[in-house]
Amino acid sequence: MSELRTSANQPIVDVRNLEVTFVSRDSTVNAVNGVNFTLQPGEVLCILGESGSGKSVTLRALMRLLPRQAQISGCVTVGGKDVLSLTERKLADLRGSEIAMIFQEPAVSFDPIYTVGRQITESIRRHENVSGAEAQQRALDLFERVQIPSPERRLRAFSHELSGGMRQRAMIALALACQPSVLLADEPTTALDATVQIQILLLLRELQRELGMAVIFVTHDVGVAVEIADRIAVMYAGRFVEIGPTKKIINSPQHPYTKGLLSSTVNSSSRGKRLKAIPGSPPDMTQLPIGCAFGPRCDHVHPACRAQVPAETQLAGVDDYMVRCLLADGPLELT
Amino acid sequence: MLTYLIRRILYVIPICLGVTVLVFGLVHLAPGDPLSAVVPPDAPEEMVQELRVAYGFDKPLPIQYATWLGRVLTGDLGVSVARGREVTSELALAVPNTLILAVGGTLLGFTLGAFFGGVAGYFQGRWIDKLATGIAITGVSVPHYWLGLVLVIIFSVEMNVLPAIGMGPNGSSTWVWDTEHMKHLVLPIITLSVIPMGIITRTVRATVAEILNQEFVQALHAKGLLNHQVLMHVVTNAAPTTLAVMGIQLGYLLGGSILVETVFQWPGTGSLLNSAIFERDIPLLQGTILVLAMFFVFLNLLVDLVQSAIDPRMVR
Repeated sequence: MSELRTSANQPIVDVRNLEVTFVSRDSTVNAVNGVNFTLQPGEVLCILGESGSGKSVTLRALMRLLPRQAQISGCVTVGGKDVLSLTERKLADLRGSEIAMIFQEPAVSFDPIYTVGRQITESIRRHENVSGAEAQQRALDLFERVQIPSPERRLRAFSHELSGGMRQRAMIALALACQPSVLLADEPTTALDATVQIQILLLLRELQRELGMAVIFVTHDVGVAVEIADRIAVMYAGRFVEIGPTKKIINSPQHPYTKGLLSSTVNSSSRGKRLKAIPGSPPDMTQLPIGCAFGPRCDHVHPACRAQVPAETQLAGVDDYMVRCLLADGPLELT
Repeated sequence: MLTYLIRRILYVIPICLGVTVLVFGLVHLAPGDPLSAVVPPDAPEEMVQELRVAYGFDKPLPIQYATWLGRVLTGDLGVSVARGREVTSELALAVPNTLILAVGGTLLGFTLGAFFGGVAGYFQGRWIDKLATGIAITGVSVPHYWLGLVLVIIFSVEMNVLPAIGMGPNGSSTWVWDTEHMKHLVLPIITLSVIPMGIITRTVRATVAEILNQEFVQALHAKGLLNHQVLMHVVTNAAPTTLAVMGIQLGYLLGGSILVETVFQWPGTGSLLNSAIFERDIPLLQGTILVLAMFFVFLNLLVDLVQSAIDPRMVR
């Protein structure tokens, strides 16, 4: 693990052609349809997208945390390990120690009848051969690290006895318990009050820098993404339509969907003007169009867009910038 | 925690008083004079009057209740009219016999129900779930006295391997822990266990399925716990509900096994109630119902206390 951290060119997470389908008796939902990306140690990637775009499913697929009826294909490597072919036991060893997760709703993500402290020591002792007292001390240190006031008392509390922000801090402490090299955060601020959201976000950013973890942060909030991400991946209908450095994406988005997404958010320049919404609604994930999934809602749609899904195209002149659109730097000129 | 405990225990007092009011009221709700059961219809009017005064039936109801309650509180439940013996000594014989059946039936039902329900909840929607649910529905739907009769026909009459009636060899009515007595237990316990089995299966199935759908189970997997460790969390979470249902089932079996005790001629409280009803033996009826109701109240108290010990959210 430590070797991987030091070798900067070796990605800590490598995802190739990830596809996830949920098969039930009466329908097949194509939740993720070919996602590719790599993550360097210490890097923060934000997956930005609206509800149902497959961002949470992508995140959970990284640790195979999906229900039985989910079929995952492609290749997912975390810390050099092929996640999709690991045995149950090896997978469980990986989860929580090398790759950990923060959930959206801290209120329901702790076992209600175990103390919060016990759930943290449980995790430490699962992965490391330490004494109960040592685990207890580590839990206390973690609570101090995530800035929970009177940590001894809070460790003995049950999750229903903590406030929302405190619970999410405890959840972060739990995720950090075994010093993972990859932290997955599934909309960790969505269920919180606005003021608490900012505190948690700042805490996460601070901890990420201090510990040098790689973080994949899923959100639907552009503001949050800008605040925390090195790179942003914009997800639509189970695909990354655009992925690149945060600044580039925000300043000069290439994909029409990203443009629509950015112009539909509130910022200072939009004061007094009407917010623009993207017309139409996201596609039915059980029946995706043959071509570009955004085609039916796109102002610039071209007949070629309906023929096949646009391939991932490296944007000329910009490092590490991919876009899936025929109009962006591709064979077609903008009409 | 302590204040909750004290408050919960204090709640028992008004409940028990309510029970005594109902039990006392039974006599006066039943049609006819309570004396008519004791006195022959052709008895002279002066004698009836004399008896009425002797039993205190001439006083207003609240006074009668107060004197009766006073006696009950000192442990005096009166004398059985039909048997001429103290109600308490009748109960002292019958209650342990019923306890053996009720505890045995509940334990068997609980074991099977927890197993079937756990499996069904864990493998929800698969064939094994449908099988377990089918068994549960059959369990709660079968009339248990009928099942008792069928079991007697199969195992006692046809196969002649188990005794049909009674509690021990030669009509013994005191319990001994030996093979002969144990053999007499088998059929009544199986018969009694089917309803708790069915109800507990359904409760456990629903509880386990609901717990498995909660996000925290995902979170437990996400931190790398092994399947059996996650299962321990699920079991602890399912325990309060399951124990509550089990306690209530035990309460029902204590008081509600009249039919089964009659089928198997088991000398317990069910048989006692049965004969008390047919013989219009009001003191015996009152005493038995009172004791059974108290059992129910205290079982509920116990269930609440155990529940609050396991689930921290219960304590407010």
